[in-house]
Amino acid sequence: MGAPRRLISICALTVTAVALAAASVLAQEVNIYSSRHYQTDEQLYSDFTKKTGIRVNRLEGEGDVLIERIRQEGRNSPADILITVDAGRLWRAEEAGLFQPIDNKGLNARIPASLRHPDGDWFGFSSRARLIFVNRSMADPAEINTYEDLADPKWRGQICIRSSSNIYNLSLMAAMIAHHGEEGAEKWARGVVANMARRPQGGDIDQLRAAAAGECAIAVANSYYFARLSLSDAPADQLVEDSLQVVFPNQEGRGTHVNISGAGLMKHAPNKDSAIKFLTYLASDSAQRYFAGGNNEYPVVEGLSLDNEALDSMGTFKIDPLNVSIYGENQPAAQRVFDRAGWR
Amino acid sequence: MVRSVSQIFSLNGAILVCVLLVVGLPIVTVLAHLFMHGDGSFVHLAQTVLPRYVINSIWLIVGVGIGTFLLGTGAAWLVTMNAFPGRALFEWALILPLAVPAYVLAYAYTDFLQVSGPVQSLIRSLTGLGPRDFYFPEVRSLGGAILVFILALYPYVYLAARAAFISQCECVVEASRTLGCSPSKAFYRVAMPMARPALAAGVALALMETLADFGAVSYFGVQTFTTGIYRTWFSFGDRVAAAQLASVLLGFVALLMLLERLSRRKARYHDTSRRVRPLGIQRLAGWRGWLAAAACFLPLFLGFVLPAIILGHLAFKGGDAQFGARYLALVENTVGLAAITACLAVVLAVFISYAVRMGATPLTRLTARVAGLGYAIPGSIIAVGVLIPLAWFDNWLDSLTRAQFDYSTGLLLTGSITALVFAYLVRFLALAQQTTRAGLDKITPSMDAASSTLGVGRLQTLLRIHGPLLKGPLFTAFLLVFVEVMKELPATMIMRPFNFDTLAVQAHNLAADERLAEAATPALTIVIVGLIPVYILSRLIGESRPGQRRRALWPGLKAVSSAFRRRYPAFANR
Repeated sequence: MGAPRRLISICALTVTAVALAAASVLAQEVNIYSSRHYQTDEQLYSDFTKKTGIRVNRLEGEGDVLIERIRQEGRNSPADILITVDAGRLWRAEEAGLFQPIDNKGLNARIPASLRHPDGDWFGFSSRARLIFVNRSMADPAEINTYEDLADPKWRGQICIRSSSNIYNLSLMAAMIAHHGEEGAEKWARGVVANMARRPQGGDIDQLRAAAAGECAIAVANSYYFARLSLSDAPADQLVEDSLQVVFPNQEGRGTHVNISGAGLMKHAPNKDSAIKFLTYLASDSAQRYFAGGNNEYPVVEGLSLDNEALDSMGTFKIDPLNVSIYGENQPAAQRVFDRAGWR
Repeated sequence: MVRSVSQIFSLNGAILVCVLLVVGLPIVTVLAHLFMHGDGSFVHLAQTVLPRYVINSIWLIVGVGIGTFLLGTGAAWLVTMNAFPGRALFEWALILPLAVPAYVLAYAYTDFLQVSGPVQSLIRSLTGLGPRDFYFPEVRSLGGAILVFILALYPYVYLAARAAFISQCECVVEASRTLGCSPSKAFYRVAMPMARPALAAGVALALMETLADFGAVSYFGVQTFTTGIYRTWFSFGDRVAAAQLASVLLGFVALLMLLERLSRRKARYHDTSRRVRPLGIQRLAGWRGWLAAAACFLPLFLGFVLPAIILGHLAFKGGDAQFGARYLALVENTVGLAAITACLAVVLAVFISYAVRMGATPLTRLTARVAGLGYAIPGSIIAVGVLIPLAWFDNWLDSLTRAQFDYSTGLLLTGSITALVFAYLVRFLALAQQTTRAGLDKITPSMDAASSTLGVGRLQTLLRIHGPLLKGPLFTAFLLVFVEVMKELPATMIMRPFNFDTLAVQAHNLAADERLAEAATPALTIVIVGLIPVYILSRLIGESRPGQRRRALWPGLKAVSSAFRRRYPAFANR
């Protein structure tokens, strides 16, 4: 009698212990579907684990693909958090009903209203500006001050800019539509297409390099690419920094177009508490500094010192206060305008 | 006896239906989108950019088709039928470009040839000219894309053509020579037409891969039909219309395959002679020999040596700082997936091809056709086709167990390795099947009849007669699938589990972040790891030549085949 009872109790203990262990492991996790795939982010995640003991599981991929997977996984989706690298995709995930809103005082206080969802579906954690770069030996940087100037016929054959299916161009166009209407935006796009030095090709860095090599006088690219090149010691990268002048467009008017990398809590998140901890961590000073230090992005929390030589030397600027969620709403219209204007 | 045969047959039928269901499900899922309503982006596309995409795609397949055909067949003819300096080396080295994904070729050549790259910079510094003062062909162009695809994909045609030429009996070629054919005429009028099924299969693979590619064309800014599919999904957020476009692509491919089959009509390509002698090799002396060597060296150099040097240089200068333990895990993931998928693909391919051979019922034909279509569908779309039914099944099962047992199964398949391997199988089964089929077509049905007369069952015929004869094609199928899975990107991105990366994913992440030098490290690792199966494959085709001394590369296989030969001396001459 004694032996079986002991056996039973041992079994029961083991089962409880395993269950507890499993439960504690489950509680100590956060599952992130992310379209940020910067290697420098490793530290961002490992710091979080160090601080909280919560393990970070990651699945990285293109935003739309991740959205589709979460949609199909439905209520059993393991995703706690979706991170995207542009506001348009956040809007699309919102349309698909993937988020659950959070009303968190800390997040609301630290992140400016134009860079987060009004109901707390998602929050922007870092921003990047779409800038104009001018080869000083080919054109006078003082003559180009706005995005609208890119369509000025005096720049015929002078502009390098990438394909219209690129999300940063789509977001820029979405903002142009918000400011000028579809017709005005299409007229602008036709002007830019007429000014292109070459068929759109390659990424943002390729536009910068082409302008530095003299294939075109003017390039359009995101801020962090230029910052990355100016921090590099390679001669080809130094050539880019030395020959190009940064122009923050529309400083006299509405301000420069920025996009965000943002995140939100998933509706069926199995680890909700860990997920909220992770989101508040992203808005903390150390994580915010990391965005600048690691990937040359601008933090969204105001009043932080950047500690990034390249960003510091580019200077501060006025941001277009348009709420970034319009980028998603206008995105299909933006692609249609591009297609009609013949912007490949 | 009769009962057992019919049992096997009905079992066959049942398994076949299962295979059709499983492999066909994702494709049917994609096709089912034709009956759904998109957001109308289809109409917009058709009115604005789609015509240009279609024209670009057509140019692309015409260029790649002609290019891979000429390069692959020409090189195969040179190395199998002629002797010239370096022939033995080229015979196996010509398939090395198979280890280099098209998108990696695109990265390498762009870096090398673009306006800020070393070649144009050198010209500028030597001549003092500005970037716009001289003409330099644009690498990121339709022409550039065609060249990249030809270099990356000609080995498919080469492999198929070489295998076909080698297994052709010399007596047929000789017979044509005694009837007054010159060597070149024998090539055009006898060897080529006889190799037609194999050549068509090789070119078809190259074209399907070209049509489904997104990595290389998007990097080059060349807008193809597949660009349209992606644009519909990613820019317009209209997945339904994207799947509809993919269905149109599928229809186009099915049509091409049908045309090829129709044009063959009733022709059969069995080699009935069992007498095999070493091929009569033509010696190319003097400058002809060197010309042949140069012709073989060029694709090898451009498709493998030069890109490897460019990548090596980039990786050496500013490679991925994470190189080390992380890469071991990446290699392990990549190779594991590739090996599992390749094994399953070969088993399925044998089963399907064999079912078609045993009795071509509408069911078997349909299965074979459907299984071959996946290769033409872009990886992302296949992945969605897999994801939708799997996630539906998982959630259905979960609701069921929740309702019945108050227990949640969660997602069993979605986000698992199984789902990923499933997606790979759907996409790459065509590779295994084409190769197996071509091998099986070469075996004359009179052999089956003979074994049947001798009272040997179908399974026994497969194991004892076809098996040994198919050893080469099956191994080729295994390695082709292996190499393709290693290089696969879009489906891996969508279907993989948490914290699970492959070399291709690593390369993509770095390249997408415009860190080309760092991306060179994983890209080069793909090439190096891919070299191992490609090397084995090349040695295998080297020893597949009848009359060639067999090397003891495969002790196991060798033991099996020699045991077979001892037992069945009638086939010992093979």
